[in-house]
Amino acid sequence: MGRFIVRRSIGVVLLLIIVSMATFGIFFLAPKLVGTDPARLFAGRVADDATVKQVTKKLGLDQPLYIQYARYAKGIVAGRDFNNGPDKTHCNVPCLGYSFKNDQDVWALMLDRLPVTVSMAIGAAVIWLVSGVSVGVLSALKRGSVFDRAAMGVALAGVSLPVYFTGLLGLSIFSYNLKIFPNVHYVGFTTNPLSWASNLLIPWVCLAFLYSATYARLTRANMLETMGEDYIRTARAKGLPERTVIARHGFRAALTPIVTIFGLDLGGLLGGAVLTETVFGFPGIGKLAVDSIATLDLPIILGVTLFAAFFIIVANLIVDVLYAYVDPRVRYT
Amino acid sequence: MSSATLEGTSAPRPAPTAFLEVRDLKIHFPTDDGLVKSVDGLSFGLEKGKILGIVGESGSGKSVTSLGILGLHKGTRARVSGEVWLDGTELVAATKEEVRRLRGLKMAMIFQDPLSALHPYFTVGAQIAEAYRIHNDVSKSAARKRAIEMLDRVGIPTPDKRVDDYPHQFSGGMRQRAMIAMSLSCNPELLIADEPTTALDVTVQAQILDLMRDLQKEFGSAIIMITHDLGVVAEFADDILVMYGGKAVEYGTVNEVFYEPQHPYTWGLLSSVTRLDRVRQARLKPIAGSPPSLINVPSGCSFHPRCPYEPQTGGKGSTVVPELVDSGNGHMVRCHLSARERTDLFLEHVKPTL
Ligand SMILES: Nc1ncnc2c1ncn2[C@@H]1O[C@H](COP(=O)(O)OP(=O)(O)OP(=O)(O)O)[C@@H](O)[C@H]1O
Ligand code: SF4
Ligand SMILES: [Mg+2]
Repeated sequence: MGRFIVRRSIGVVLLLIIVSMATFGIFFLAPKLVGTDPARLFAGRVADDATVKQVTKKLGLDQPLYIQYARYAKGIVAGRDFNNGPDKTHCNVPCLGYSFKNDQDVWALMLDRLPVTVSMAIGAAVIWLVSGVSVGVLSALKRGSVFDRAAMGVALAGVSLPVYFTGLLGLSIFSYNLKIFPNVHYVGFTTNPLSWASNLLIPWVCLAFLYSATYARLTRANMLETMGEDYIRTARAKGLPERTVIARHGFRAALTPIVTIFGLDLGGLLGGAVLTETVFGFPGIGKLAVDSIATLDLPIILGVTLFAAFFIIVANLIVDVLYAYVDPRVRYT
Repeated sequence: MSSATLEGTSAPRPAPTAFLEVRDLKIHFPTDDGLVKSVDGLSFGLEKGKILGIVGESGSGKSVTSLGILGLHKGTRARVSGEVWLDGTELVAATKEEVRRLRGLKMAMIFQDPLSALHPYFTVGAQIAEAYRIHNDVSKSAARKRAIEMLDRVGIPTPDKRVDDYPHQFSGGMRQRAMIAMSLSCNPELLIADEPTTALDVTVQAQILDLMRDLQKEFGSAIIMITHDLGVVAEFADDILVMYGGKAVEYGTVNEVFYEPQHPYTWGLLSSVTRLDRVRQARLKPIAGSPPSLINVPSGCSFHPRCPYEPQTGGKGSTVVPELVDSGNGHMVRCHLSARERTDLFLEHVKPTL
């Protein structure tokens, strides 16, 4: 197991290097292809040619792409100095460079936004996991009942309704009309836990709705399959009460695939819930990404993309390790 | 021959004296295609310390019968009627909870495929201990000791180590041993083995059967052995029940059914086994024709579309359902031919070909 984790961690690092290369290539080549120059993006529309040249030199954009990448990568693991004639700026590890627009440290910007994204993702995850799984289990156990039909109908709607629909609907009903949660905006947990939660409630529910629908359907299908397994018949033949058969023997096995997609979904959301953050105007990582795409702020786009990739890859690793604990048949060598 | 009861007697009868008595058991499943009559009026009896072999083609209702005795159809859409008496208690009318308390304790079951029948996420020891703790109020460590003891009894080497293995770490034969250990952990008086050796290879099959025989002598329980394999029952069972399309077509002692078989279907089964008294591994080759539909059961004798002697019944074979009748000494046969005719047919036409 230990060796497996080490090996997989090395794999994670390699994968991150490849992802970063690809992202780097795309984001620094793409502007060239459409006829703009990263240096001009940095310097601004009104800058003269001399300034652009100077910027090009400062950012090292006159160097071949692989040198640029090497510097970028070195910045992430060891920090980086930017020479601009006499004044020298040191960018600390992990250095993702500076925003083209306002010269802010990209890493610091993202750290600043992270609590918003984490609050949103974790809260929603708890809601969708609990509601999705319990609805799925009940549906499976009461298969064909009114509850089952209703729940699966709602779930079908849930998977097909995007967050920008449910989000705006939620806002217009509970915020604008009923004024139960007026003026929804992000409040830090440390500032005021109560208003942190009450402001996050609508986003949580909207985001969770989308996911719980999928989880309910998946749990129901898994549960139905598991309850038909031979080992469930064995558990009943032993004389176990039906409750125990369902909880210990059925649910346990039905939950395994859920663990996998849960890890991946959560990992994905931690990299930024783009739509939800945008709909509610919450300043999270996803919103940062959208804003910087609008202004072609390359270092931020690159930083956010790597950050999201990091979460997804790490979530994958955790899920794989977790799987070995849940299912003893999975052996790692 | 254990106490045999004629079916069709409708008035309520007193509790039987036999340890297990099944009377006119019917298990029907309503489906979209129609009513599936998986078991349709089955009666038999079994005493403690005896072994009953149930034989029949795939789909004849053997597994449905065994699950029915264990009460595992309760709470499903299956329609169960008739009576199942276990040691003086009637189980068909009993509540789900009453039957559950007996399950694992008084009656236990071994399934065909031990790999899928054991839970992949729990250790073998935990699964045996769980079975023991349901019916015995003991600590976890006492149950674990019991699991080790049971694994030892069924011949698992170093049971104190293997107790913590998962089913996938066991070989096929060891898994079935573990299943047996689990089902015997509470000393059940009735053990139902549903094709316990079908999924195993030849040498392991023999070992498992030997083990079951030893344990049966030791525990003195009643065993119902369900199988495709006539060789197994010939060596193993005291009585044999031959099932066809959810009904018993022949029921008697091993000697009666093997050496003086009376039903044309049993003849068909026997012809597909060469040297019936020696060869254990011969699998039943299907008799010409296909098993009957359980929804649109053939009229009259359900075996008539496949029966070469049907013309000799003067049209009755395809119109009148034959009763299971005693042809002497409790040897029960469901066929319109007279006992004389059947004996003659067997001696002249069938026996020489076996
Ligand atoms: N829950 C159910 N719903 C509908 N039909 C069923 C159900 N369970 C069993 N049957 C049908 O009942 C019939 C008898 O099945 P059963 O499993 O008892 O056969 P079997 O004699 O054990 O055969 P095999 O030798 O293949 O194990 C089959 O035709 C099967 O399709
Ligand atoms: S009743 Fe007729 S058809 Fe049925 S087994 Fe006897 S001879 Fe064959
Ligand atoms: Mg079967």
